[in-house]
Amino acid sequence: MHKLLPASLALALATPHCALAESPSDLATLRQEIATMRAAYEARLEALETRLKAAEAAAANSATVPGATAASAAAVVASAPPPPAPVASGGGANAFNPAISLILSGLYTSTSRDPEHFAISGFQLPTDAEVGPGTRGLSLAETELGISANIDPWWRGSTAIALHPDNEVSVEEAYVQTTSLGHGASLKAGRFFSGIGYLNPQHAHTWDFVDNPLAYQALLGTQYGDDGVQLTWLAPIDQYLELGAELGRGRSFPGTDTSRNGAGMVALTAHTGGDIGASHSWRAGLSVLRAKAKDQELDAMNTAGNSVTNAFSGRTRVWVADAVWKWAPNGNATRTSFKLQGEYLRSTRDGDLVYDVDNVASAADYRAVQSGWYLQGIYQFMPGWRVGLRTEQLDPGSSRFGANAAALDLGNYRPRKNTLMFDYNPSEFSRVRLQFARDRSREGVTDNQFFIQYQMSLGAHGAHGY
Amino acid sequence: MMIRNALIALLAAPLALLAGPADAALRVFACEPEWGALVQELGGNLVEVSVATGALQDPHQIQAKPSLIARARNADLVVCTGAELEIGWLPILLQQSGNAKVQPGQPGNFAAADYVRKLDVPGQLDRSQGDVHAAGNPHVQTDPRNIAQVATALGTRLQQVDPAHAAEYARRQADFAQRWQQAIARWSAQAAPLKGAPVVSQHKAFTYLYDWLGLKEVAVLEPKPGVEPTASHLQGVLSALKGTPVRMVIHAAYQDPRASEWLNTNAGVPAVKLPFTVGGSEGAKDLFGLFDDTVARLLAAGGKR
Repeated sequence: MHKLLPASLALALATPHCALAESPSDLATLRQEIATMRAAYEARLEALETRLKAAEAAAANSATVPGATAASAAAVVASAPPPPAPVASGGGANAFNPAISLILSGLYTSTSRDPEHFAISGFQLPTDAEVGPGTRGLSLAETELGISANIDPWWRGSTAIALHPDNEVSVEEAYVQTTSLGHGASLKAGRFFSGIGYLNPQHAHTWDFVDNPLAYQALLGTQYGDDGVQLTWLAPIDQYLELGAELGRGRSFPGTDTSRNGAGMVALTAHTGGDIGASHSWRAGLSVLRAKAKDQELDAMNTAGNSVTNAFSGRTRVWVADAVWKWAPNGNATRTSFKLQGEYLRSTRDGDLVYDVDNVASAADYRAVQSGWYLQGIYQFMPGWRVGLRTEQLDPGSSRFGANAAALDLGNYRPRKNTLMFDYNPSEFSRVRLQFARDRSREGVTDNQFFIQYQMSLGAHGAHGY
Repeated sequence: MMIRNALIALLAAPLALLAGPADAALRVFACEPEWGALVQELGGNLVEVSVATGALQDPHQIQAKPSLIARARNADLVVCTGAELEIGWLPILLQQSGNAKVQPGQPGNFAAADYVRKLDVPGQLDRSQGDVHAAGNPHVQTDPRNIAQVATALGTRLQQVDPAHAAEYARRQADFAQRWQQAIARWSAQAAPLKGAPVVSQHKAFTYLYDWLGLKEVAVLEPKPGVEPTASHLQGVLSALKGTPVRMVIHAAYQDPRASEWLNTNAGVPAVKLPFTVGGSEGAKDLFGLFDDTVARLLAAGGKR
């Protein structure tokens, strides 16, 4: 600052002097011009240096002496108006902060039948299964906090913490993943959503509908997540081909968490995909999940029409076939696009079933083969506006109850549901959605479900999978 | 049994990869066509370039498609714009690729915007201002002087990741630099009549082009970056233009031209479609064609007055 003053004075003196010099030799004029230019440049350099110092000082001391820095900054701006200098970012303890994102979501639900009595006819589900439309009226839906960053040159870490409307907190995902194995391999360890199927690894805020399909609700407990390890490998060919293997403790439905040393869950996945021209892309896959259950409490209905609690011990194998096809003119999805996706799930349960744990407690062999599918299309007809249709059906399949056959029968009613969705996305960070569903999950009951939902994302710009 | 077979497959495949030919061309994955073209200029037949997006796609809104993951997996070098342009898709592509060579911070990961002076750096980061980029405007390729700077850095990087052919890269880089400087001088001279011309943009995509040619952006049709033009905002722009006549309204080849055409119809302002990147027009077949065509289109619409 103190150097700026003499330089400015020199400049001020030099300018009129130069203007007055008319008759003397050209050489003198040139000298004066050079001197003027030099002075001017020095002045500008000094000014820029001072601005830099002031900016640094402001960044360092803004909390302690706001008045002084503001004054000096104002003085600097007044003396040197040129281009806006970017605010110095980085440095200090904040520079290594991970990417943090927060998803805020709210829901209004209106159903013609009380969701309290929701059930899927022909499917025995855990007593705590998250199925059905949830609660009626206005409610806060799940709030999701996501934090991720590279840990070091070899690992990255990521977590998604769900804050539930009933003031509970749960860890949806928390894992570390290698970034350095190379050769297309990647190892993940911790808690994560299994890579089976298409929808399973996706977080709820990326779903195209308010709820997950019935087949996921009935056969995978809405979404299968576990604690374990996952190895994926991408083939070194031009065609996308990814193979994955997972080992887990089998913490949740269709498995149960028990005290064992080994693995309670094994999953294998294979996905392939590619492009057809510039406008079309696709992905298809086949996965299998095997989970062990012990004394798994299931809500069921006996042949007399009473609710009973059964207990299942044994193995469940779920096969998932998934396919998705996307279209966008020339690959530009800004204005219009279309997505068609469908999945088929087939579950086989083998083991023992204890009928009516609280009263009769009769154990017998049990085997059930059940399946379900959904097909959905999402059409973006103009920027930000989408309409979607989903149709789905479950098949209670065949079941053997052994000695309990007289008391239990899953019937042959096929639960089904049709859903119409309409959403508006003012930006890629906000969404407001209307959804109407005609749900026939219960035999003889039609439930008209209506939802209004918002989903907003704050913070880090998350990248989403295909 | 199934698991054992899968494990054998998992173990065997990387070995098969290691046994691949050692003399193969350097595989380069370019996020945008301009960087694909630049790598081709600097690498010639030493490189095998795969471009992830086309000139008719919005580079902000690409998906991490299976085909792109497969190509990123096999790349020796990833060349992208950076400055958060690809933030919605590139990070997941790199994560899923299982390719250690191209992760951020590795020599195999090159971000062009790191090597140029960035404009439109926001003083305040707030999404109420639209989809702003913290690092500044990422559309750096619309100024050929930026291309020159990126070419220097990219040439050095190619020598680093493929040292066996360093001399050839250096020779090609020097050759390109010379031809490019001559071309810049030619374009700058041709575009001289455009200096100071007031223009309207559809998206803030041409900040660097305007900075180079001295065009003055007096209005933008998007109310906020990444937000579609609304009827009321267009009306506002129209009434604002009553006092200050502009020479043209500019949009990129990948953008929906409707907003620009609306202004053309209602205010008689010539609407100009610029290729924006290599492949964006018939003339923009390579980097030289890109600027030949850009300058020609600007002159055709607004050079006379």
